[in-house]
Amino acid sequence: MSLAPLGYLDAAGRRAHSILPLTWFTLSVATAVCIVIAALLWIAVRRAPKNGGALETRSVPVERGSNGINWITVGLLISCVPLLVTLVWTMAALAAVSGPPSHPGLTLDVTAHQWWWEVRYDATNPSETFATANEIHIPVGVPVLVRLHGGDVIHSFWVPKLSGKTDAIPGQTNLSWMQADQPGRYRGQCSEYCGFQHANMAFEVVAESQADFASWRAAEVQPAPDPITPAQARGQALVQYRCGLCHQVRGTGAGAISAPDLTHLMSRRTLAAGRLLNNPGSLIGWIQDPQGIKPGTQMPNQYLSAQQLSDVQAYLVLLR
Amino acid sequence: MRPADYRTPAIGSDSLAHQARLLEVWATAPGLKGFFSSVDHKQIGIRYIVTAFLFLALGGIEALVMRLQLAGPNLSLLTPEQYNQLFSTHGMTMIFLYASPILSGFSNYLWPLLLGSRDMAFPRLNALSYWIYAAAGIFLYAGFLTGNGPNDGWFNYVPYASRDYNPGLNEDFYSLGMVFLGISTTVGAANFIVTALRTRAPGMSINRLPIMVWGTLTASAANLVVVPAVSLAFLLLWMDRQFGTHFFDPGGGGQPLLWQHLFWIFGHPWVYAIVLPAMGMVSDGLPVFCRRPLVGYAAVALSTVATMILGFGVWVHHMFATGLPGLALSFFSAASIAITLPSAVAVFAWLATIWLGRPVITTALLFFASTILLFVIGGVSGFMTASVPVDWQLTDTYFVVAHLHYVLIGINVFPVVGAAYFWIPKMTGRMLDERLGRWNFWTMFVGFNLAFLPMHVTGLLGMPRRVYTYAQGMGWDTLNLITSIGSFVFAVGVLLFFVNVWKSLRSVANAGPNPWDAPTLEWAVSSPPPPYNFAVIPTVVSRHPLWENRLDEEGAVSSIERGMLLDKGKETVGTTALDAVPDMVLEMPEDSFAPVLLALGAAALFVGLLLKAWLVAGGGTGLVALAILIWLWPRRELREREAGS
Repeated sequence: MSLAPLGYLDAAGRRAHSILPLTWFTLSVATAVCIVIAALLWIAVRRAPKNGGALETRSVPVERGSNGINWITVGLLISCVPLLVTLVWTMAALAAVSGPPSHPGLTLDVTAHQWWWEVRYDATNPSETFATANEIHIPVGVPVLVRLHGGDVIHSFWVPKLSGKTDAIPGQTNLSWMQADQPGRYRGQCSEYCGFQHANMAFEVVAESQADFASWRAAEVQPAPDPITPAQARGQALVQYRCGLCHQVRGTGAGAISAPDLTHLMSRRTLAAGRLLNNPGSLIGWIQDPQGIKPGTQMPNQYLSAQQLSDVQAYLVLLR
Repeated sequence: MRPADYRTPAIGSDSLAHQARLLEVWATAPGLKGFFSSVDHKQIGIRYIVTAFLFLALGGIEALVMRLQLAGPNLSLLTPEQYNQLFSTHGMTMIFLYASPILSGFSNYLWPLLLGSRDMAFPRLNALSYWIYAAAGIFLYAGFLTGNGPNDGWFNYVPYASRDYNPGLNEDFYSLGMVFLGISTTVGAANFIVTALRTRAPGMSINRLPIMVWGTLTASAANLVVVPAVSLAFLLLWMDRQFGTHFFDPGGGGQPLLWQHLFWIFGHPWVYAIVLPAMGMVSDGLPVFCRRPLVGYAAVALSTVATMILGFGVWVHHMFATGLPGLALSFFSAASIAITLPSAVAVFAWLATIWLGRPVITTALLFFASTILLFVIGGVSGFMTASVPVDWQLTDTYFVVAHLHYVLIGINVFPVVGAAYFWIPKMTGRMLDERLGRWNFWTMFVGFNLAFLPMHVTGLLGMPRRVYTYAQGMGWDTLNLITSIGSFVFAVGVLLFFVNVWKSLRSVANAGPNPWDAPTLEWAVSSPPPPYNFAVIPTVVSRHPLWENRLDEEGAVSSIERGMLLDKGKETVGTTALDAVPDMVLEMPEDSFAPVLLALGAAALFVGLLLKAWLVAGGGTGLVALAILIWLWPRRELREREAGS
């Protein structure tokens, strides 16, 4: 990850790349205009014959002075040049990057929820369809079409290094697309204000080679492994009973879909939409006190005993 | 046709006896009675200004608390809900309760003086406009102080603002408060338009209007068009929340994007409405310190209007990421790029005025001149967001926060403080201290740029807006710390301004009528002006009545000392809209309790609606009806009855 994981002045994908020259052009024009105007203003004020208050003001006689309309005409004419260039360039860039690719290599359905991302991979064979959360795997080098759905309020899908923002709005399906040039992890972030935990509504896009992507996908399709030890079995029972009201663990009795799918929870790098790095320790911390870690999150504190926690942990770390 | 309206007013010169007669008719009663009943535009104007500065201070304190929370990563001074209410209330305060009312305050105070009139066209409406503003401000802040402040940003997007996701009273306070405040804006705008078009001094044809009048006139016309959109939006939202309608509910066939259209078709023109009058202040104030007339008067006046007209066609640039079709985006992108041009006219005119004049550096000049630079910085960053593909990255990052603060502080706060240095001597008869003024200016200027210039970079590095905290390692730590430090320096600068005003109020009144040797009519009367403004109605033949002896404009001379006496009652003159030919004597209303009564009734009505206390709402409605009855009761002295009938 770079020094600024959400910075968009270094792009890593075709879509973000193709607008960078336009961004730099407008930024340079903007900076140049500021410098020229600042210089003109500075010199003009420095020429002031008097410095003071009312007395000094009154002491300088009023004169009609020259007409000066040329300043406006010439100024406007000069301004027109970068404006026209920007206008044409904008339209060209818009045409190049706005439309979704006609032959996407992969199509995803992303549903934004308060405050996490549901990612659904559809397949022609229903048994190969699966859902995951907050981590989007894509193959490099192919355009990926993202169908965006609003699960509750408005959110916005943004992966600065790959693609600009597109809102996820309830009641409509918006289209976005991205294409990664090289393998890597790219941070994404909700960029439309959506309530308490808008700040902690991140995700990651993992771009990998076709082969890696295929093996990841094959692993994700699998149901959760069965518990082996008694502790894992007790943990699974607890997860079904306590977590299953909201979460799904495919292949078990936990079958709700109003919170992230946990079937392969431990294959993901982060927890709670990028709030925590995912490891057995932070997982237990999160389960016990989500309201302390992410105040206002939909997940309630669990108040499990130490024994229950260790059982749950024993089971969840199985879900790779 | 009533013969009384066709009386030919006596022409004469000022005299002490004449002034005494006018004073008797125009003076406001002392004490509380006068305070609650006054319709004098100068008193109302000062109240507007004081109230708006109070809200500026409140909004500023809210900002400072937020900057403490954001000074470093992962700080926990505030809970997410506290932060969300703070940033929403900060936006609401600055945009609705400071930026617009402060300009209304200056315009209220100055317009009749600039126009050579004795009051606004509808003095009681003017009082009503203030009382409703004050009441709506208290109403909105009552929500915040009881923990029910708005928590969905000033833009208040649905569905987050709907009851399903926001069950508290927060959004009800905000929705009803905004409908309430809209009444004030609407009646104020109507009053400004009629005042500008009908109560100018004879001879002040439309091409001799001060630019500030152009600015407020244009803004007022826009307000009349767009405020209904936002009032409607908030009313529909309140109905969605309280009565189960489905205007914005996708589950019931409603459209979340409808809110955004209704809001931004108001919101963007509104941005111009809160900068155009302030740009007018610069256009009128700057030339005084450059000792010459403004360069390109006609171009600046027309570009003011052109900005507003184009301003109606750019609202979708707030919605570039909402999935609208590319063709629509292209149109609004082009309009947003094109609007740079009329704005640039003012910049070049101001620059040329300084270059071709002989500037005298005063605190007011420093504020006006710095406005030019801050306007350009805010303008070019706006131009970047106008380009759709670029905006897909920039939008909703701190780049936009930097942009909008350059626009709103740069083209509202800076010119307003400059205007205060320029016009407070007129209002109080007392100068502000120039030495302290220099400290005031440089602290504000340095603090502001320290806070907001690095914020552009924070945005380019991807920091999203409206986040109550941020993680370490995102590259934003140092920049945020600098911004927080800058914001406190800026706050000290604003404090120095308040200190300077306070010091000035305790000094001797020795400003004299025209301390700056300025050209327009307000400087022809004493400081502070008498309740009737002008003892005789001046007749104007140029844009610079007080500079004619030096500019020899059109070979004619305006008549300030001699003119219509109009002392048969509370009278001023009505003139035609374009050429300002006198065409009727306007009978002005006496001081009245009806406006404050109406505002109280309306406040009770809105409190009743908020709490669903229908009895209170009914009582409020009754009070409103009573106030309107008193207000409209026909009275002979206002010529609402035939003379002699």
